[in-house]
Amino acid sequence: MAKIAQKVIALSGDEAVAYAVKQCDVDVVAAYPITPQTIIVERFSEYVANGEVDTAFICVESEHSALTCCLTAAATGARAFTATASAGLALMHEVLGVTSGCRAPVVMAIVNRALSAPINIHCDHSDSMAERDMGWIHIYAENSQEAYDSIIQAFRIAEHPDVLLPTLVGLDGFVLSHTLENVNVLPDDAVKGFVGERKFPLVRNHEGKMIPFKLDPENPLTIGPLDLYDYYFEHKRQQEEAMKKAYEVIRQVHEEYAELSGRRYGNGLVEPYRLEDAEIAVVCIGSTAGTVKTVVDELRGKGVKAGLLRIRVFRPLPVQDIIQWLSDKKAVGVMDRACSFGGNGGPLFHEIRHALYDLPNRPPVTNYIYGLGGRDTSPHLIHKVYQDLQRIAETGRVEQLVSFIGLRE
Amino acid sequence: MAEWKFTAKDFAQIPERFASGHRACAGCGPAIAMRLVLKAARGPVIATNSTGCMEVVSTIYPYTAWRIPWIHTAFENVAANAAGIETALKILKKKGRLKYEHVDVIAFGGDGGTYDIGFQALSGAAERGHDFLYVLYDNEAYMNTGIQRSGGTPLGAWTTTSPAGRVIPGKTERKKPIADIMVAHEIPYVATATISEWRDLVLKARKGMEVEGPAFLHVLAPCPRGWRYDTSKTVEIARLAVETCIFPLWEAENGEYKLSPASKKIALKSELKKPVEEYLKTQGRFRHLFKPENKHIIERIQKEVDRRWQKLLKLCGIA
Amino acid sequence: MSPEYKGWKEIPIAGVCWLPSTEYKTGDWRTYKPVWDSEKCIRCMLCHIYCPEGAIKYNPETDAMEFDYDFCKGCGICANECPKEAIEMILEEKE
Repeated sequence: MAKIAQKVIALSGDEAVAYAVKQCDVDVVAAYPITPQTIIVERFSEYVANGEVDTAFICVESEHSALTCCLTAAATGARAFTATASAGLALMHEVLGVTSGCRAPVVMAIVNRALSAPINIHCDHSDSMAERDMGWIHIYAENSQEAYDSIIQAFRIAEHPDVLLPTLVGLDGFVLSHTLENVNVLPDDAVKGFVGERKFPLVRNHEGKMIPFKLDPENPLTIGPLDLYDYYFEHKRQQEEAMKKAYEVIRQVHEEYAELSGRRYGNGLVEPYRLEDAEIAVVCIGSTAGTVKTVVDELRGKGVKAGLLRIRVFRPLPVQDIIQWLSDKKAVGVMDRACSFGGNGGPLFHEIRHALYDLPNRPPVTNYIYGLGGRDTSPHLIHKVYQDLQRIAETGRVEQLVSFIGLRE
Repeated sequence: MAEWKFTAKDFAQIPERFASGHRACAGCGPAIAMRLVLKAARGPVIATNSTGCMEVVSTIYPYTAWRIPWIHTAFENVAANAAGIETALKILKKKGRLKYEHVDVIAFGGDGGTYDIGFQALSGAAERGHDFLYVLYDNEAYMNTGIQRSGGTPLGAWTTTSPAGRVIPGKTERKKPIADIMVAHEIPYVATATISEWRDLVLKARKGMEVEGPAFLHVLAPCPRGWRYDTSKTVEIARLAVETCIFPLWEAENGEYKLSPASKKIALKSELKKPVEEYLKTQGRFRHLFKPENKHIIERIQKEVDRRWQKLLKLCGIA
Repeated sequence: MSPEYKGWKEIPIAGVCWLPSTEYKTGDWRTYKPVWDSEKCIRCMLCHIYCPEGAIKYNPETDAMEFDYDFCKGCGICANECPKEAIEMILEEKE
């Protein structure tokens, strides 16, 4: 039951993100164009040019500078946002680590696109998967509606004093970014009320005073020092602690937003679909989950106990939810839209297996690498995955641990 | 803009914003530059540094030499740091959430972080017209990583990646004319300065802060470790750089070049111009040039200095 | 001179520095020590201006240049630049 009345607008994924940013009282947006994110920054610059937002818009000269500007703007006390994809994300890789280390609550939309070479502008998850270890919270949307909702939640999550970690929201390139969907948007003041104003926790500075954590001449502080081997480790442990705390914050923010909007995505971390009594399950991230849900419905119609676990939040990895939903399954198939070359499977596969490893009776987990570089992933292909899982469930035998589906041999 | 008038004694009373206890080498030129530039600050100020000597020596955790708010992120983006800070200040003020009338933003970059890896961000920030002062403390090599050659290393100099070998005698390329490149960006204020002409440096730093829009201050800051000379000679060597016209002092307001007093007096009385050898002989990094087989390089250096000097005189309207 | 090592729960986040550099006495780096002659000194302030450490201060009340030996690294710039040779670098005797 929706608490607040919402408007329905036809928006593409990129437009939905821009719309959400417009409503979140963002102070600084730094932008460098890259397909398929361009519409986010184009739409947003229209808002700025028309005076619809009170936001400073910086057209930077590279993605590296885009994230840098957001980081230092956030350190100065502003709410900052940027968006990128693929090579742009790869270029700003260094700064992702710095942003997390400086505990700047920047929100960034990643319009998931394949990495070069060869250059490819279409959807896969290799770009953000390469940033797994950089200390950012990862939220992945299944559709444009969720992209809209997640951006709004992201500011609350990132800025929470227990968290203070930058957050990325992934949406599939072209599949979501460029296709129109009916998106329910909240009223402006509801969003503004939900995100609120930035609060600054107190930190001890070199004068021994407890001061707000931001660059302010009245209360000077030094951010980004040189750590030697005596303190770097401790600083990293602090980031890990923030990730631990983020789990609960993500859940709570999601809950609060669900009450406001009437929309929920599982418990905010994972979204189970017809999984309670399922025997065989697929695990995946992003828009493909939508296709999988259709296939699950078809299979259920034929009496097959199929289900899906969509991973919404990849970092922090929701280990307890993965265990809760998959421990009793007879076969689990993890679909990866990224390949970790030489890693014997894709990143999501590695992590799901890892999460289930300690179970006394762990289910067989297999990997299906799909859709790289925007390769279309039809229901037909997903049916094949479920057929494989059924075989494994019946025989208890895994013929091939890692397969590439939809690939021409 | 009224010129800031102060006596040396007044100046001595200004609090140090770059405090003692930093770990720069004894006799560090950039440290002198940092102190002097920051003493020129006129009100609330936020500073940012690229990775490099001054960043490292001033913030070895948990100690900090900075008495003002300061942030460091990475090597190639100090100009983007400044852009982000400046933009945030502007928008927060517009939204009524900033308690200051104005906050100066200063970006400090070494020659490595400015000529080379940091140039893109600097050029972008200059093009966008952010209101900040960029101070290049030029010690003419990547000193913090061990004296490697940069785009700011002068012709003929020994560095660890342009060593004076049997076949190749030091750096074979000329020093990139970074300040002229910044003038070509058509920003409101560009100036060169050095630590020996301290009043000139301080006034230029103040002007750079006062100007609305990007300002670029190129400060030659000798390094005893990398240039190979006794620590006590840092200021003396900076002075020689001016006296030989290797590093002339000038400023360009909206592209109009003007010689500064120390260089102007040489322009008016050319007998005051010292030959480059007087400068080169003071530093171990040029010692190999004094071998007979390398003398032609000294001649080439002299020719280059003369050529750039003449070009500068023309730009300043002095025939 | 290093502070007692603290654990990750005690230190501020984001690497915010919690000690001023003035707690780190760089004075023990030096070999030569500047000695000031108040008679020869004309109070031009150049030594204060050129000291990389900011270790030379002018005290208007006592009209004296004060050398902070906690931080002086003994580089000798002050002595080299002094127009009146009012500063002499002396080899420091240490116990």
